[in-house]
Amino acid sequence: MDQLALDVAHLFAGGLVLVSFMLLYQDRMTGIVNTFALHALVVSLSVAWQAYIQHAPHLYITAAIALVVKAFVIPLALHQIIVRLGIHRTIEPVVGVGLTMLAGIGLVALSVMVMLPITATAGTLAREDLAFALSVVLLGLLMMISRRNAVSQVIGFMSIENGLILAATGAKGMPLVVEISVAFSILIALIVIGVFLFRIRERFETVDIHELHEYRGEQP
Amino acid sequence: MTDLGAIAVGTVLTIPAVAAALLALLPDDRTTARLNVLATLMTFAAAAVLFVERPAPGRYLIVDDLNVVFIVLSTFVGVTTSVFSGSYIAHELETGRLTPAYLRFYHAMYQTLMFGMNLALLSNNVGLMWVAVELATLTTVLMVGIYRTPAALEAAWKYFLLGSVGIALALFGTILVYLAAHSVVGEGLDAMAWNVLVERAQAFDPALLNLSFVFLLLGYGTKVGLVPLHAWLPDAHAEGPTPISAVLSGLLLNVALFAVLRFKSIMSANPAALAPGPLMVALGLLSAMFAAFMLYRRHDIKRMFAYSSIEHMGIITFAFGMGGPLANFAGLLHMTMHSLTKSAIFFCVGHIAQVKGTQQMSEIRGLTVSHPVLGWSLALGVVAIVGLPPMGIFMSEFLIVTSTFARAPALAVLLGLSILVALGALLLRLNGLAFGEPLGSDRPATASFVPIFAHLGLVVVAGIWLPPVLVAWFQHVAALLS
Repeated sequence: MDQLALDVAHLFAGGLVLVSFMLLYQDRMTGIVNTFALHALVVSLSVAWQAYIQHAPHLYITAAIALVVKAFVIPLALHQIIVRLGIHRTIEPVVGVGLTMLAGIGLVALSVMVMLPITATAGTLAREDLAFALSVVLLGLLMMISRRNAVSQVIGFMSIENGLILAATGAKGMPLVVEISVAFSILIALIVIGVFLFRIRERFETVDIHELHEYRGEQP
Repeated sequence: MTDLGAIAVGTVLTIPAVAAALLALLPDDRTTARLNVLATLMTFAAAAVLFVERPAPGRYLIVDDLNVVFIVLSTFVGVTTSVFSGSYIAHELETGRLTPAYLRFYHAMYQTLMFGMNLALLSNNVGLMWVAVELATLTTVLMVGIYRTPAALEAAWKYFLLGSVGIALALFGTILVYLAAHSVVGEGLDAMAWNVLVERAQAFDPALLNLSFVFLLLGYGTKVGLVPLHAWLPDAHAEGPTPISAVLSGLLLNVALFAVLRFKSIMSANPAALAPGPLMVALGLLSAMFAAFMLYRRHDIKRMFAYSSIEHMGIITFAFGMGGPLANFAGLLHMTMHSLTKSAIFFCVGHIAQVKGTQQMSEIRGLTVSHPVLGWSLALGVVAIVGLPPMGIFMSEFLIVTSTFARAPALAVLLGLSILVALGALLLRLNGLAFGEPLGSDRPATASFVPIFAHLGLVVVAGIWLPPVLVAWFQHVAALLS
């Protein structure tokens, strides 16, 4: 494969990891949502590039879905929710930002060390894409556990889905079923989330998960 | 004649889908609950046909010896649960815990859940199966949160987060399986089809398979409720409507376990890959022991039986992890018996909680005096679930422990210990619940006893006499798995 094509693919995949790091240190609601829009934009560029170099036109659909739904529709909707609920204020992470970033670096190192040796036969493209994709997935998990706030947990989850799309497109020739399913599942997930956010609003006037914890079903 | 089988497969999938749409559209009155029962009954009938006639494996769907057991079991429990759900939901409407609009939503979701589970069991494609499991997860999330109390929302949120992280890990594992397969099988749908994967697995790259299995076990293991990924399970069981607790314990956990088993057979087909057994044995044993000790500290009746489900899923995972014809046979039997018994217990518990107006065990007492039928059914169910003879679970647990003794005595001791600990906890609680001076309301329960009797009857009969046809069938499947 053309060296330039590979380099550009890696540029986008690496860029996605970088944006995942940016998600980790956002301390305002609007900042998180905007960074997520950037995350989705990078993933859609990456998928479109894969479609171009793999001559797989169906991947353009996946790229378009990522662009329209995740870079525009969902961020706009989340902005609406934030404005309506009046939660622009800063959000309190469970652990300090410095520590979270260090943990993130550790996770990226881990995924590179796990993926590179065992994917030696899978071809250069898939190999490094998978290492990056696993990093994005792990960083998304880190984001979900380092934030208490419902909106940022949801964004963490969606960034995991972006990482999975990166992995799925890196696996050459993977049938369309999966790409559609990923996009589809995000839509469903959004419905669920929407329902939840509004129900949570009805009950608590807040979307801070920490307050939900007071309603645990069982006291020790 | 393969045509009949193909029609049956189509019916098993289309009836729940059509019924879901219909139930979502129809105005809400008593007929919807009946329609729900009718739809599940028709699905069960179609599934039963698959025992006799089955179509050739297609590109997306497959019926083989393994999944037909799961399909028939899950459609059967689907029918009985829908009968129970009819009387349960009628009571919830009377007391105003659910509004008619939510009832419509509930029935539509119930059928969507059935569709998701049937699709997951029938799929011949790792990607399609993943989509189906995700669909089933999302519908149950919505149903767990249906009461909209703070506790229900907390439970649904926790379930949603842990479930989706699990499902995300499983998708990553699925992609890795495809990567391992596509260099051997070639690109396209074939590299995701079960029958092709298992056939050609010996040529796959073992390192990729190993990594994929770790992700798949953790991902689907979250849905099975294996410790330490079980945190969602007790909350989801305790706060959702009881029919959903019954379906979760009886069916959805099995479906996730089925996914693990499918991938295990791919792993076993590759001699160079990591043996999947020890991982499953370790997780299974950990779950069984942890849940057994946690049983002692429960105050909420549904939560207690949820922990008991974790314990039993641990035992089943342990049995399949041990492998070999005998342990696999025992695992299949235990899975069937656990589904039947646990859903029967939840049927009882649902009516009890409605009559008493509480789920706190300290406020429920003397059930055999105030509600003899419910009380004795619960007692029978608990006696069955703890594994006392002559019930079916006694037989399967006995087989698991003895077959383990022959191969790894230390593990058998640990497993036996956790079974005994759980037995102590459940009998202790049962004593308080069922006997003594009645406490709380003693108005008669408007219950449908048919589902409870049907399940418990089957469990008792299976403990005394298993039909030779069934034994031969289970042995055949067990041999296939090992």
